[in-house]
Amino acid sequence: MTAAEQILDALGDPTRRLIFNRLRHRTRSVSEIAEGMKVSRPAVSQHLKVLKGAGLVLVRAEGTRRLYGIDIRGIEALRSWLDGFWDETLVAFKKAAEREAVKGRKHR
Amino acid sequence: MSEQRAGDDVNSVRKAISVNAPQHVAWRVFTEQIGAWWPLAHYKIGNVNAVDAVIEPRVGGRWYERGEDGSTCNWGSVLAWEPPSRLLLSWDINADWQYDAALKTELEIRFIAQGKRVTRIELEHRNLDRYGARRDQMREIFDKSGDWGRLLGLFAQLAEGVAT
Repeated sequence: MTAAEQILDALGDPTRRLIFNRLRHRTRSVSEIAEGMKVSRPAVSQHLKVLKGAGLVLVRAEGTRRLYGIDIRGIEALRSWLDGFWDETLVAFKKAAEREAVKGRKHR
Repeated sequence: MSEQRAGDDVNSVRKAISVNAPQHVAWRVFTEQIGAWWPLAHYKIGNVNAVDAVIEPRVGGRWYERGEDGSTCNWGSVLAWEPPSRLLLSWDINADWQYDAALKTELEIRFIAQGKRVTRIELEHRNLDRYGARRDQMREIFDKSGDWGRLLGLFAQLAEGVAT
């Protein structure tokens, strides 16, 4: 399985999507993530493990607490897989060249 | 975007795009102004934010990114410099997105005038066999395209925007 497939698989689960969403604004501990959710803390930990394995979530220790946050590299791997490196690059070039061409015509 | 396939050449990725700009403008923007359009926010290899990209305008020149701290990271070198129609670069970035002078995959860009105001750009990234066991993984990253992906890509951008 490629990195992107692992990511899509990980986000295919609604509980994991919810957890991922909760981390979008700031890092949180497991108990903060589990707060108000219908699943147990151990279940949340298990889901976090899958998200971490897919490269979507990072964990860092702060004192005795373990804080979870979004891993930007997972998002970038997904985007490269979705867009295609050279497609995205050429589209960016096209926009720049056409802006320049318009400028050239105006100056004439 | 149209796309060509070199038969079943698994060691090459080909792309083409038509640009509403004269050939000499397309060449100039691609080479002199690469730092202005290359997606440096996520296609860079250094540890710091990249603020510019440069192609040195001569055979044997380097092409590289410049970080916000002034450091540079090589991407490869200029193998052919034929303004305004053909550019051949080596792409020496390995599967771990690190510079590797020995990698030597090739990136050829042709600028084909189609009338005075339109240029067709043909890009070929070849010698992907040099990625060895990771060729398929890299080919997928370089080649993949599709409009459905852009929709999901919006989600990725949103997530990234909030995360940074």
